[in-house]
Amino acid sequence: MFDLTGKTALVTGATGGLGGAIARGFHAQGAHVVLTGTRAAALAALADALGGERVSQVVCDLADSVAVDGLVAAAEAAAGGPLDILVANAGVTRDGLLLRMKDDDWSTVMKVNLESYFRLSRAALRGMMKRRSGRIIGVTSVVGVTGNPGQTNYAASKAGMIGFSKALAQEVASRNITVNCVAPGFIESPMTDVLNEAQKAQILSTIPQGRLGSGGDIAAACVYLASDEGGYVTGQTLHVNGGMAMI
Amino acid sequence: MSDTLERVRKIVIEHLDADPAKVTEKASFIDDLGADSLDNVELVMAFEEEFDIEIPDDAAEHIQTVGDAVKFIGERLGA
Ligand SMILES: NC(=O)c1ccc[n+]([C@@H]2O[C@H](COP(=O)([O-])OP(=O)(O)OC[C@H]3O[C@@H](n4cnc5c(N)ncnc54)[C@H](OP(=O)(O)O)[C@@H]3O)[C@@H](O)[C@H]2O)c1
Repeated sequence: MFDLTGKTALVTGATGGLGGAIARGFHAQGAHVVLTGTRAAALAALADALGGERVSQVVCDLADSVAVDGLVAAAEAAAGGPLDILVANAGVTRDGLLLRMKDDDWSTVMKVNLESYFRLSRAALRGMMKRRSGRIIGVTSVVGVTGNPGQTNYAASKAGMIGFSKALAQEVASRNITVNCVAPGFIESPMTDVLNEAQKAQILSTIPQGRLGSGGDIAAACVYLASDEGGYVTGQTLHVNGGMAMI
Repeated sequence: MSDTLERVRKIVIEHLDADPAKVTEKASFIDDLGADSLDNVELVMAFEEEFDIEIPDDAAEHIQTVGDAVKFIGERLGA
């Protein structure tokens, strides 16, 4: 089950904590993974860690619309074949209370988190439509559904991804293309590593399972949605959060 | 013009997996050839690529038959 042999997957934000885990997960299931991010050295390090086989790298700044529009074609060229799976995982935060939020904090988050999802999906769809198969997965956040003070921009971008996915899922359902979101809760990352004990205890008190999630938890959800076995699931948001929000 | 017709027919036959005999100038993509609205969009995009032209959305709406496509493309290429 969940075999991805022969499939090609583009994973954005592959240089980050979750993206790296997703890339490893897909690779372990047999997929050819195309890693993308802005840091070439980090991409190369991950490609090495994956053993150099069935892995390609493309540097791309998701804040650059022209570069984003070319990313799917660049990924297909690098992989030497068409794209079966798109995982839009890259994301940024520019937190702050709305009263003090700068225009740039809003627009950067919208551009990197939401607009790139639109551009990449549009580009990936052309080939998927022709081949009558495809998987589009957006990594959103529990915050996109529950909200969180200090994150109006981020929550809007993540909620936007969910609405976008539902609308697109309906447009392309007849073509055997599914569009879904995975919504992580609190996941271990360099960001959570630096929290002190009191902060950690406070966060854990909001999670029924009493622990943070791992990158592997998110990767497993993505693998499922990308697999043939996940083919009847579309327009959904799969929450992976240890029970912190049951939606 | 006849060259355009042949190229359009080829795209339509391939894309819709249609019986070549049915792909006449009068044939409507949706009513006669089993296309849905997504197919129409894809056909228009395929015409744009094949003929290196741009077909605006309001014009695309009026391209319902093989003949409509041939006429529009002919006008564009002739202009
Ligand atoms: N970690 C969590 O607890 C958590 C919870 C809910 C949702 N999420 C979501 O999960 C996703 C991954 O999070 P993470 O924890 O792995 O974050 P991370 O470690 O900070 O990674 C972020 C990734 O996004 C990429 N990125 C940022 N700006 C970019 C740009 N302009 N162009 C191209 N790539 C860009 C980064 O690539 P470079 O560094 O190479 O630029 C990096 O690979 C995000 O969408 C985040 O919102 C995370």
